[in-house]
Amino acid sequence: MPRYLVQRLLQAVFVLWAAFTTSFVVLYLLPGDPVSIMASGGGDTNDVSPEQIAELKRTYGFDKPLIEQYGDRLWHALRGDFGISVQNGDPVTRLIADQLPATLQLTSAALLLATVLGAGVALAATYTRRRWLRQALLSLPALGVSAPTFWVGLILVQVVSFRWGLLPAIGNEGPQSLVLPAITLAIPTSAVIAQVFAKSLRTALAEPYVETALAKGASRRRVHFGHALRNASIPPLTVAGVLVGNLLAGSVIVETVFSRTGIGRITATAVTAQDIPVVQGLVVFGALAFVLANLAVDLVVPLLDPRVTGAAAPAVTR
Amino acid sequence: MFTFVTALSLAATACSSSGASGTGSSTPHSGGHLTFALASDPVCVDPQQQGNNDAIYPARQLVDSLTDQDPKTGKIVPWLARSWEVSKDATTFTFHLRHGATFSDGTPVDARAVKDNFDGIVRLGAKSVLGASYLAGYQGTTVVDEDTARVRFKEPNAQFLQATSTFTLGLLARSTTRLPAAKRCTDHIVGSGPFTLVDYTPNKSVEERRRSGYTWGSSLWRKKGPAYLERLSFKVVPESGVRTGSLQSGQADAIGGVAPQDEAGLKSTGFTLLSRANPGVPFALTANTARPLTRDARVRQAIQLGVNRKEVVDTVLSPRYKPATSSLASTTTAYKNLGDRLAYAPDRAKKLLEQAGWKPGPGGIRVKDGKKLSLTVVWATNFGPNQTALELIQQQLKKIGVQISLKSHSIGDYVEVRQKGDYDYAWGNTTRVDPDILRTSFSSEGLNLSRLHDSALDSVLDEQSATADPARRAEHAARAQALVLDKGYQVPVFELTTVIGVSDKVHHLDFEASSRLQFHDTWLS
Repeated sequence: MPRYLVQRLLQAVFVLWAAFTTSFVVLYLLPGDPVSIMASGGGDTNDVSPEQIAELKRTYGFDKPLIEQYGDRLWHALRGDFGISVQNGDPVTRLIADQLPATLQLTSAALLLATVLGAGVALAATYTRRRWLRQALLSLPALGVSAPTFWVGLILVQVVSFRWGLLPAIGNEGPQSLVLPAITLAIPTSAVIAQVFAKSLRTALAEPYVETALAKGASRRRVHFGHALRNASIPPLTVAGVLVGNLLAGSVIVETVFSRTGIGRITATAVTAQDIPVVQGLVVFGALAFVLANLAVDLVVPLLDPRVTGAAAPAVTR
Repeated sequence: MFTFVTALSLAATACSSSGASGTGSSTPHSGGHLTFALASDPVCVDPQQQGNNDAIYPARQLVDSLTDQDPKTGKIVPWLARSWEVSKDATTFTFHLRHGATFSDGTPVDARAVKDNFDGIVRLGAKSVLGASYLAGYQGTTVVDEDTARVRFKEPNAQFLQATSTFTLGLLARSTTRLPAAKRCTDHIVGSGPFTLVDYTPNKSVEERRRSGYTWGSSLWRKKGPAYLERLSFKVVPESGVRTGSLQSGQADAIGGVAPQDEAGLKSTGFTLLSRANPGVPFALTANTARPLTRDARVRQAIQLGVNRKEVVDTVLSPRYKPATSSLASTTTAYKNLGDRLAYAPDRAKKLLEQAGWKPGPGGIRVKDGKKLSLTVVWATNFGPNQTALELIQQQLKKIGVQISLKSHSIGDYVEVRQKGDYDYAWGNTTRVDPDILRTSFSSEGLNLSRLHDSALDSVLDEQSATADPARRAEHAARAQALVLDKGYQVPVFELTTVIGVSDKVHHLDFEASSRLQFHDTWLS
C-alpha cells in the first residue's frame, strides 16, 4: 500500500505542476494583457497612454522577464500564495476559498441527483424485458450529453421561473435557488454515469456466475440488484475524476445562466479579463480537485475489489 | 440562440398577462426596495477608479460631486460647492463649499477633504484612467479656509470644471482616500452621497441603504433631503435573456444592458424603455493618418461621404439610436449639428477618389499605380452590434470602390493595437460630456493615436481648453468639430445609446449628464 500511495502522490504533484506551467504559458501566449484590459475601463475604447500601461505593469510585476515571473509565481504558489487579482486586488487564494462553498453546494447537489438519475436509468434499462423501453432508456444518455447545458438552463429558467414563477431565476440564496441549477448541471453528468454504468452492468450480467446464481434458484431481481450491481459499480467510480472535471466546467455555464456566485463565475470573469493570477489559481485548483477525486477512487476501489492492488490484499485468491 | 430566448421570454410574459402591474399611489413616497439587474460584475465599486457603466450605476449613488451638470443645458450647477470662480486663463478654480455636509463616517466634507481627494486621485495614477486625464497638469489644492478650496493647474484646463461634476471626482472620506487602490474596491468606500454601501459581493450584488439626514443634494434634483428609496440592490445577471425575463417576471424592477434586439420585445410587453445617447465621441472610424493611403485627405473625405449612417442605424440598431451628426454626440456640451456635412453622397465620394487618382479596377475595387484601395479597420468587441454595423459599412464602401478588411480584437488587445498603429482606421467611441474629449482624441500633443500634424486643429483645441467662458469656449469647440470632419480625420457613424428597461412601478429614474443613472429622486409605486 505505501508504495502505491507514494506513486500516486508523485503523479499528483506532477499533474499540479504541469497544470500550473501550462496555464502560465497559455496565458502569456494570448494576445492582450490583463493590465490593458483593466485600463481600458471595460466599456468604452478609452485612450490609455503607454506610460500608464507601463506603470500598471510594473505594479503587478508583469514587466519582469518571463522566466523570472514564472519562477516567482511558482515559488509563491508552492507556499499556497497565487498572488492578487489584477481586477480588484483580492488575494487569489481567498477569492477561491470564498467562492468554494457555493460551488460545492451546487456540484454536490448535482452529483447526488446525477448518481440517482444515472444509476436509475442504467438499472432500469438492463432490468426491463421490454425491448422498446430498453432502447428508449439507453438512448437517454446520448440525449443528455448532447443537450447544451446553456440551452437546458435557459429553458428551465424561462419556463419554471419566469412563466410559472415557482423558483427564483437569480442568485444563490436558500435551497429553492439550488433546484434549477442543480438539475441543469446534473443532466450531462447523469448521462455519463448512466452510459458507463449500463455498460458495466451488461458486462457483469454476462459473467458466468450470473448463470450459476440463476441456476441455483436465485431470483432475477436478487442477481441483478445484489450480485451484478456491486460488481458493476467499479467502472462508474473510476470515471469520478472525469465527472469532477465535467461538473467544474459545467458550473461555469450554470452559474452564469442562473446568476450564481462561485468558482465557475469567477472563472468566466477572470478569463475575460485575462486576470493571470486568478486564472492560474483556478487551473491549479481544478487540477487539485481532479487529482483528489482520482486519489479517493484509488483508495476506495481496492476495498470494493481487492484484485486491483494484488499485493495489498494477499488474503484474496484469484 | 438569442432570438430563441427572446421569443421564449415573450411567450412567457404573454401567458402571465402583463409583466408588471402598476399598483398603488401616483404620488411620490418614501420607502421601498428597488432591484436593478446589471449586465456584468462591477469588479470595483470605487467611483474614482472605475469607468464602466455596471460599476458606475452603484458607485455614483455613494458619492456627491462638487458640481452637477444639467443634462438638458450642459450648465454646471451647485452641488457640494455652492459657488466657484474660474481664473480667466482656466488654470485656477476656487470652490466655496456649502456648510454642514458630512461623509457617512461623520467627518466633514470640507476644503481639506477636497484636497485629500484630488491629491489621492493623482496618487492613484493609472488606477484611475479617467481621473488622471481630468487632473492632467494638477499642481495642487490650497485649503484657503474650511469651506474654500483652490485647485491649480500648470496649464489651462477648462474641462476641469465639468470634470468636478463626474462620479470620478466624487468625494470620498479620508478613511477611504488614505487606503491603497486595491483595498477600496469591495468595501471601505465611504462617501457623502444619498446612499451608503452595505455590502458588495463580487459577481453577486451591491447592496445600498438610504442615508438618513442627507440634506446636501444636487441643485438639479426634484426632491430635497434624503432619497425616496430605502434600499437599492444591484444584482449581477450576466445572461441577457435572463435579465429580460427577470424584469418581465417582476424579479427585477429595472435592468441595464438592454441590447437593440431586445427592445421591441420589452416594449410590446408593456415595459418602459428609458434611453439617452451617450455624450462624447460617437462610434466612429478614426483615421491613422500616418498610413500611405489614409494620408490623402481626399481618400478620407470619400470614406466620410461613402458611409450611409441612416442605413446602419435602421438595419443594425433600433430607432432609439441616432446617426451621428457631428464629431461629438448630440448630448455633449457644445455639440454643433453638422449633419449636412455627413449626408450620404456616394457620387461625390467617387469623384473625390477619381481626383485622387484611384481608377476602377478588377472586382470593383479601385487601383492606383498597381495598388488596390484596400484599408484595414481594427475594432474591439465591446459593443454587441459592432460586427454587423462594420460589415454593413464594408458593403457600403465597396460601392464606391473601397475594400475594407475588418480585424476584431478583445478590448485589452485593442489598446495595444492602436498604439502599434498597424491599421488605417480604428472603430470605437468614448463617453465624456465635456467637448475637451476632442483634444484627448485629436491633439498632436496628447496620445495622438491618429498620428496628426495639424497645427490649425491643435490651436483651436488648445484655445477651447484655455477659455473659461462657456459661450466662447463653445465657439472654439464648434470649430474643432468642423475641422475634424472636414479633414476626414474621423468618420462618425452613430451615437451609442444607453437603454434601460423599467417596470411601471418605477418612477423618476433619471439619466445624469453622462447618461448614467441617478437614483436619488426615484420612487416605487
